[in-house]
Amino acid sequence: GPLSQRPLLDVRLGELHAWISTCTFSPRGLLGAAQRAWSSYCAKYIHVKQGGPAGISMLLAGYCLLSYSWNYQHLKRHRWRKYH
Amino acid sequence: ARVLHATRALHTTQQRLAPVPPLPEKGGEVRHGLIPEEFFQFLYPKTGVTGPYMLGTGLLLYFLSKEIYVINHETAAAACILTVIVYGIKKFGADVAAFADKLNEEKMATALAVKNEAIEMLQTAIEEEKKEQWRAEGRNYLFDAKRNNIAMLLETNYRERLLTVYNEVKKRLDYQVAMQSLKRQKEQDHMIQWVEKSVVQSITPQQQKESIAKCILDLKALSKSAHAAV
Repeated sequence: GPLSQRPLLDVRLGELHAWISTCTFSPRGLLGAAQRAWSSYCAKYIHVKQGGPAGISMLLAGYCLLSYSWNYQHLKRHRWRKYH
Repeated sequence: ARVLHATRALHTTQQRLAPVPPLPEKGGEVRHGLIPEEFFQFLYPKTGVTGPYMLGTGLLLYFLSKEIYVINHETAAAACILTVIVYGIKKFGADVAAFADKLNEEKMATALAVKNEAIEMLQTAIEEEKKEQWRAEGRNYLFDAKRNNIAMLLETNYRERLLTVYNEVKKRLDYQVAMQSLKRQKEQDHMIQWVEKSVVQSITPQQQKESIAKCILDLKALSKSAHAAV
């Protein structure tokens, strides 16, 4: 189908530049994109009859990674070696 | 007061909300509980089956060696927590899943029961309606019976009035008859009285004396004959 209505996973790497140009970067557009991403994630992993630990565990892992990256500057001070 | 927005079009599109499509059976495939299957499929054409694992190992060693991931007390805590969580899921996962499935089943069963009950009630309502329609076909008999009733009432009323008329006429005729007989009786009585009066008046004193003497003589004779008998 047309470029702007395909899901992001179906967009090939070469078309990524063209795809970015079709996005609306207004706050409303970003909000809509975030909402669509969340609802597609929920529909795929959470609102199913037999979900497993996968739905929540991916969210928790993402949360761990995000919080690690936010605290990285503080955590850098606890390195074991000075030179890598 | 709620105002209906007159400019909004009502029910122009086909209904898309009902019936709600059922939930999919299984979610997206996830390997080791963390990485979606699409990642493995994405790397399969270029690197085969072991590609993502090599990528993961390489990344892990790189982060550890460059100390982008720093090992501290939190690492030990994370390891313990992860061990406990994985052990718990492996041991109790199936039971919890069965319990949740049972809850879901009960909810579905109640909803289905409500739906079936509603359908049954509507079925019985349909049958009742058909029965009522069949009953309504017999309205001609009802009307005939009612017509007969009314005719009976009219007939009864007519006969009652006829009887009243007869009685009234009879009363008037009886009155006339009674008047006539009364008149005749009064005339009779009057005549008798008048005749008696005139007879009594015609008895002169002379005749009265003669009749009394005759009676006395008769009585004496009778007493003599009575004496003789005794």
